[in-house]
Amino acid sequence: MAVTETRIVTQRLRDFPDDSHTIERYLATGGYESLRRALGMTPAQIGEEQVKASGLRGRGGAGFGTGQKWSFLPPGVFPRYLCVNADEGEPSTFKDHMLLERDPHQLIEGVVISAFAIECHTAFIYIRGEFALGAERVAQALAEAYERGFVGPDVLGSGFDLEIVLHRGAGAYIAGDETGLMESLEGERAMPRIKPPFPAVQGLYAQPTIVNNVETLSTVPHIIRMGGEEYAKLGVGRSTGTRIFSVSGHVARPGNYEVELGVTFRDLIYGLAGGIPDGREMKFFIPGGASSPWLLPEHLDSPLDMDHVQNDLKSMLGSGAVMVFDETVDPVEIAWRLSKFFAHESCGKCTPCREGSGWIERVLWRILNGRGRPEDLDLLLDFGDNIVPGLGAPFAQTTICALGPSTMSPVVGLVRWFRDEVEQRTGATRAGLERRVTVPMPEVG
Amino acid sequence: MTPPERVQPPRVLTDDNLAKAREIIALYPHSKSAVLPLLHLVQDQEGWISDDAMREVAALLGLQPAQVLGTCSFYTMFKRDPVGRLVVSVCTNVSCYVNGGPELYDALQQRYSEDADVTVEEVECLAACDQAPVLQVNYEYHGPLTPEVAEDLVEDYKSGRLTPRTVSGSQG
Repeated sequence: MAVTETRIVTQRLRDFPDDSHTIERYLATGGYESLRRALGMTPAQIGEEQVKASGLRGRGGAGFGTGQKWSFLPPGVFPRYLCVNADEGEPSTFKDHMLLERDPHQLIEGVVISAFAIECHTAFIYIRGEFALGAERVAQALAEAYERGFVGPDVLGSGFDLEIVLHRGAGAYIAGDETGLMESLEGERAMPRIKPPFPAVQGLYAQPTIVNNVETLSTVPHIIRMGGEEYAKLGVGRSTGTRIFSVSGHVARPGNYEVELGVTFRDLIYGLAGGIPDGREMKFFIPGGASSPWLLPEHLDSPLDMDHVQNDLKSMLGSGAVMVFDETVDPVEIAWRLSKFFAHESCGKCTPCREGSGWIERVLWRILNGRGRPEDLDLLLDFGDNIVPGLGAPFAQTTICALGPSTMSPVVGLVRWFRDEVEQRTGATRAGLERRVTVPMPEVG
Repeated sequence: MTPPERVQPPRVLTDDNLAKAREIIALYPHSKSAVLPLLHLVQDQEGWISDDAMREVAALLGLQPAQVLGTCSFYTMFKRDPVGRLVVSVCTNVSCYVNGGPELYDALQQRYSEDADVTVEEVECLAACDQAPVLQVNYEYHGPLTPEVAEDLVEDYKSGRLTPRTVSGSQG
């Protein structure tokens, strides 16, 4: 049977494509009812009995438990801040972009409930600078929410005060890292901070801070509406609920698809996104954004389960961006283009990433252009070993943030699956090389 | 030793925008957080960010001009040299790459290389891969596009048939 979408967060914007962003439509479809209900609970009830019980894990990339993150706030330390990470920049991820433009009130309702749950009175929405329409829609929605008493002093007569500030970024992938985001919000270069201290303890303005992704917070009103335990019945294992997957590249129907976790990559790519056009075959796909190591057609029947993809496939579901490449694609070319992205976006703070990302790009460029040397694959792995010692997953790292290890994902993909092709082009023979660094392989086909 | 005399920076912001700047600063618990929004405000008004504008932003926030420059120079949306009144940002990251992004970029780059009104730039993923190959004109999305359709689109902006946002993406 063909798989279908399970629409929770995307229900309204699919049902009402013309006006899902308006306050009128939001209120007519049950909007802000979850907020009323949440204001009748205690903050601990929301955090523990609803959000933690729902099993909700962050939808930005790391997949950390949302309720657990909130529970790291040190008791009695105020003020605390909530930052919405709307700086979507992981290549081929375009779900938050859609949620911001087409259902901004759903996000705002999630922010108010979450702020109430963590006892925070100032929240910031850090929106990617390039999202001009998104910023406009959120600003408009915020003005309406203030006007109707959903945000501001004494929210709906509950005595709870909340200010929400919309803050536009200005073009920097690394501002999507939660500590980079806080630096940027403080008016600095978006260079990530060393942890600990973790943001929940010392974050924005050195105060306790929670940073949550747009999709994560947009899910919160639904958890309150359905009940945390009920939400947790959706999904598979520790990957509860639904997620929005952005499918792009060589597919017939690129787009965002919200599915229950546990359906397979094949359901998503061949079922919902219509498969590869013109009868061509798939060469490989990238399961969770540019930072995730690549997978092959033989992995298509694996379930969309964060733990399975990380532990067994040695990759990750990351930001939910699935990129599909057909048989006409040169994997070296894709690896080079992704490495160019990482070299461009490396903030320069940590030497292994600043230097390594540029060298990876240059070596891949010369292989691509027929000037590869026999030792080049080893050289690439050596750069990688400096950034991600052992090249394992989950990774060890010599850099402050995850951008460093991410630079190696295209190389890991090449070495795992296309080593023969690359070695042919660099003139290397396997017998002639003594590899100092090896790449761990997935355990299941 | 007496400190060197502070030179009053030349005014760049209009009276209206200066008032707006003070409102923005008041939104934040710490005024330095207003660096990015104020630089956007400058770019909305001027189309780019001059050294004088950075000096003015620094004075408003009680910072050194070098601190503002340090932040400003990190972000790709801030233009520290004059650009055309239309900035065309073409994505060539992978989903666009396999769908004609580089060809789109090359065609527009060639077509407008001598045109002072139009600045064509290659950018990283714009988070609209379902519209690949995609571009933005002053941060308004358009896609998927062929080079021919894209040139017509830019011409529509040039002639005023379409109204562009500012160079920072605000409504004009």
